Amino acid sequence: MSTTPENISGTTIHEAELETSFKDNLARRRVEAAIFKAVILLATFFAMAILATLVWRISAQGWAWLNWNFMTSFPSRVAARAGILSALVGSATIILLTVVFAVMLGVGAAIYLEELSPKNKLSQFIELNISNLSGVPSLVYGMLGLAVFVRLLGFGRSIMAAACTLAMMILPIIIISSREALRTVPPSIRLAALALGATKWQTTWHHVIPAASPGILTGIILAVSRAMGEAAPLIMVGGVTYIAFLPNSLFDSFTTLPIQIFNWAGRPQEEFQAIAAAAIIVLVALVLVTNGVAILIRARLENRNRW
Amino acid sequence: MDIVIAAKNLTLAYGDKNIVKNVSLAVGPRTVTALIGPSGCGKSTLLRTFNRMNDFVPSFRLVSGEINYRDLNVYSEKVDPVYIRRRVGMVFQKPNPFPSSIAKNITWGPSINGFTGDYDQLVESSLRRAALWDEVKDKLNSSGLALSGGQQQRLCIARAIAMDPDVILMDEPCSALDPASTARIEDLMTDLRDRYTILIVTHNMQQAARVSENTAFMFQGEMVEYSNTKQIFNAPKQRLTEDYIMGRFG
Repeated sequence: MSTTPENISGTTIHEAELETSFKDNLARRRVEAAIFKAVILLATFFAMAILATLVWRISAQGWAWLNWNFMTSFPSRVAARAGILSALVGSATIILLTVVFAVMLGVGAAIYLEELSPKNKLSQFIELNISNLSGVPSLVYGMLGLAVFVRLLGFGRSIMAAACTLAMMILPIIIISSREALRTVPPSIRLAALALGATKWQTTWHHVIPAASPGILTGIILAVSRAMGEAAPLIMVGGVTYIAFLPNSLFDSFTTLPIQIFNWAGRPQEEFQAIAAAAIIVLVALVLVTNGVAILIRARLENRNRW
Repeated sequence: MDIVIAAKNLTLAYGDKNIVKNVSLAVGPRTVTALIGPSGCGKSTLLRTFNRMNDFVPSFRLVSGEINYRDLNVYSEKVDPVYIRRRVGMVFQKPNPFPSSIAKNITWGPSINGFTGDYDQLVESSLRRAALWDEVKDKLNSSGLALSGGQQQRLCIARAIAMDPDVILMDEPCSALDPASTARIEDLMTDLRDRYTILIVTHNMQQAARVSENTAFMFQGEMVEYSNTKQIFNAPKQRLTEDYIMGRFG
């Protein structure tokens, strides 16, 4: 129990008096806090443990196969000679294009919806639909890509079609997270700029977007990480597993790391399981490096504007 | 009397609720005019029509009447609100410097409005007029957010001054500040009146009495009394004004 408070401005407050008016339950509240802390620690531990197990198992299986030849060879029917060159180049090209398309469209749409569009029934309808789109399975985006990009627009089973499909898939994630980021910019900054005789566009471009950019970047990181690991929609739009050349144009056929991994992991021979594991290590490393760079950029942006 | 900015039979609403009712107010050049009245009386809403900052409140409506700035009808379709805001500056209740350097805070407004003069000179003269120069002259490149609340508010005044405005609207500029900073800003207003027409919304009646030449008292959306500040505080014509000034309600 607490000690009696000291004499406050001439009157002594008695402990008994305090206890009748406040039931502070301090002991119980402390126990609750301790339980809460234990639960969230446990949750964090489980997440980390599962990730660690995964990384450890994959490393144990694939580490021995990881060498320079593996990185610079084309796939082969002989596991010992097989490599991921075409998959690596395919993944890199497609992701790069996906980011360009999805960021331009997604951030643009978010800015329009958050800053410029009138708030009416139509914009609410669009908003609702975007939220729904983010829950659509990736395979459905694959079918959309097949129908629209491969067939209708005549891109064929190409890098271009794959990048457009992935961009469509991550568009809702980027729009939603960018809008969230724009919403966290204090309205007082907008008003300050507008009151100086800035147009809506000048306000948005010079103040709102820079202030929101760390949050926008976070959304992009999450979305791109997801796109990097997707195999299903790309198989739908015609990713092939045996490509023994590097693409000359954006309309060449393609393969990517997840497709290659999916293919190798499905084979009965043990060596292919092992090189699938090796390819997973490369993919995970690629995702980590990409995220790392993006997080560094974000940290620099955050330093620039703090209020 | 020359009129710089005026409201004529103005009725304003948020949605269906009339906030300002048939209010008229004319303000001459190089004066400080105080708008006083209890919370919710419509004084801030009125202030924000002078530079059309109410445009950003979705439910805002101008029901009837007009606002005139010089020879322009502010709410006419022919008038660009961006031009009005460039001439009629504003200082907000809570200091809101941009999250960038002190110098950039000053230069941004002029730069987007096509300022062709010397920026260093502009920064110095604006900060001097806002009585902030001596405190910040050695750290013009550090963030405006690193300043104290009172300094931030003077930076916001300097930012408004840098646009060489005709009118400066101040919406309770001292309500987030301590007494010492408030006193500095009040002194500043007295200096600024030589050059600018200032309208200030305040809850603080002593402040209105100290800084303004004319005072308008509003109550429940209506203009109760508008006249010389001395008269309002010493011999108000309306009973309501007297009750408010004596602190009998509000």
